[in-house]
Amino acid sequence: MIRCRLKLYITGHSPRSELALRNLRQICDRAFDGNYELEVVDVLEQPQRAEEDKVIATPTLIRVAPPPQRRIIGDLSERVMVLRGLGLWDPDLEATQGDR
Amino acid sequence: MAVHDSSREIQKLATGIPGFDHLGNGGLPLGRTTLVVGTAGSAKTVFAAQYLAAGIAEDEPGVFVTFEEPPEAIRSNVRSFGWDIAQWEAAGQWVFVDVSRGGGEEPLVCGSYDLGALLARIEDAVRRAGARRVSMDSLGAIFSQFQDTAVVRSELFRIAEVLRGLGVTAVLTAERTNDYGELSRFGVEEFVADNVVVLRNVLEQDKRRRTVEILKYRGTSHQKGEFPFTVLPGNGLVVIPLSAIELQQRSSNLRISSGNAELDRMCDGGFFRDSVVLVSGATGTGKTLMATTFLAAGVAGGERCLLFAFEESRDQLFRNATGWGIDFERMEAEGRLKVICAYPEVAGMEDHLIAMKDAIDTWQPSRVAVDSLSALERVSTTKGFREFAIGLTSFIKHREVAGLFTATTPTLLGGTSVTEAHISTITDSIILLRYVEVFGEMRRGMTVLKMRGSMHDKEIREFAIDQQGLHIGRPFRNVTGILAGNVALVADNEAARLSRLFEEDLPS
Repeated sequence: MIRCRLKLYITGHSPRSELALRNLRQICDRAFDGNYELEVVDVLEQPQRAEEDKVIATPTLIRVAPPPQRRIIGDLSERVMVLRGLGLWDPDLEATQGDR
Repeated sequence: MAVHDSSREIQKLATGIPGFDHLGNGGLPLGRTTLVVGTAGSAKTVFAAQYLAAGIAEDEPGVFVTFEEPPEAIRSNVRSFGWDIAQWEAAGQWVFVDVSRGGGEEPLVCGSYDLGALLARIEDAVRRAGARRVSMDSLGAIFSQFQDTAVVRSELFRIAEVLRGLGVTAVLTAERTNDYGELSRFGVEEFVADNVVVLRNVLEQDKRRRTVEILKYRGTSHQKGEFPFTVLPGNGLVVIPLSAIELQQRSSNLRISSGNAELDRMCDGGFFRDSVVLVSGATGTGKTLMATTFLAAGVAGGERCLLFAFEESRDQLFRNATGWGIDFERMEAEGRLKVICAYPEVAGMEDHLIAMKDAIDTWQPSRVAVDSLSALERVSTTKGFREFAIGLTSFIKHREVAGLFTATTPTLLGGTSVTEAHISTITDSIILLRYVEVFGEMRRGMTVLKMRGSMHDKEIREFAIDQQGLHIGRPFRNVTGILAGNVALVADNEAARLSRLFEEDLPS
């Protein structure tokens, strides 16, 4: 079951973009066991997409589903903050995962 | 040996904003970003939008980056200026980059970021439109969206650099809290401020006065100081470049009639064709009559005449004229005369000036009268009035039109008005009308105080007004101090002795 659909806006292969992507994958793999969809949009290649979503900063992470939409900007270096921002922070789950 | 390298000279882009290019000695520095700062309500957004609108008129597409208002609000706000943005968008001439904060909540910040997406969007919009002009309005909003001001600042710098690389001339607006003092709240002037334009909306003696000043253009010239401007429906921003007025009026030796044969004789044959005459006097001394006969003489000679009346209504003016045997109604019907009446209070000085210039340009008169100039004084600040008087005088002289302005003195006897103080040096002739109290009777005296480039009668002549108009009589004898307002009677032999005294010194 897909628990979450995400979109990540980045600028090319800049170190910050790579870092954000790496961080996000780590967080999601652990939190959703791979049950998520991630679309990566490079604003240098598809500026129109950024225009449509009115994205200003990069990296920007958008939770597309479930609604409502949520946005996090930055290199996503703090796991707890990202999960909170996605509305997926679950202290119990965190506790069990921490034990594992 | 110094080599003049013209390729390194900064060129200018003519903005098309009326009057502004004059201040900028050609326009905005080409390929650069210019910071436009101003307080709330100083017409920054109008400036930014007009910069693009004027470009489209020149077939130069533009990109509008809006940080503050959503595009829909801008489209509807500028419609009253006659700018149909939606139509330009459909034609691909105007592209919005919408950076306004919608209703959405503030994004969470986690780690470091930059504004790469914004830069990519602007770059893309510029390429898609083939834009030469970019407006970004206004800076404060982007700083409120992102807490990290250092990031925003350095990203704006990067945007300015990229725009420069694209050969785009950009305008970036920013708020400031005071009309004077610190340039902007965000310290942006340090990095995008090669060129700074300041818009002001200052409250002076209960009146709002808008001015624009080019604070600096790095490496290129511009006019210095504050210049008044106004925002007009159908036009947008109109700058009035006063110091740019050149003293290059040609002068004519051709004489025209003042409408009064005796006054013409006093002026050595009449007023000059392209001169501006100021008639100053207390209320009821016959200023409106002089303006009326001046215009009637023009009409009689087959000329087109224009009257701006700020004191009396049409009906009053026409009735007065009829009383002196002059039929304004017929003159208007024949297309020789146009009378424009307005209350001074209906508009600001800048608006009055623009409306008057427009009327002169469309009607193309060879004589213009303003009755009275001092009525406008009461709705203006001293500075504003001065700029108005200079602006109007030079405009009239530029078109080689004969002008007659009236000015009301505040006191019955003697006295000067502010109007005189402001424009006496730029008018060619001054005629004073004064009350003279002689043996408990009010009589009227007239003198030609100055007449540039011509001989004129130096005496103070008595005159009377009746149904036929104004009749100039003999000089006042035995009376001194008329101009000062302290009239004193002098015995006959004393007057004779005094006049003999001066005859020897002044052969004329």
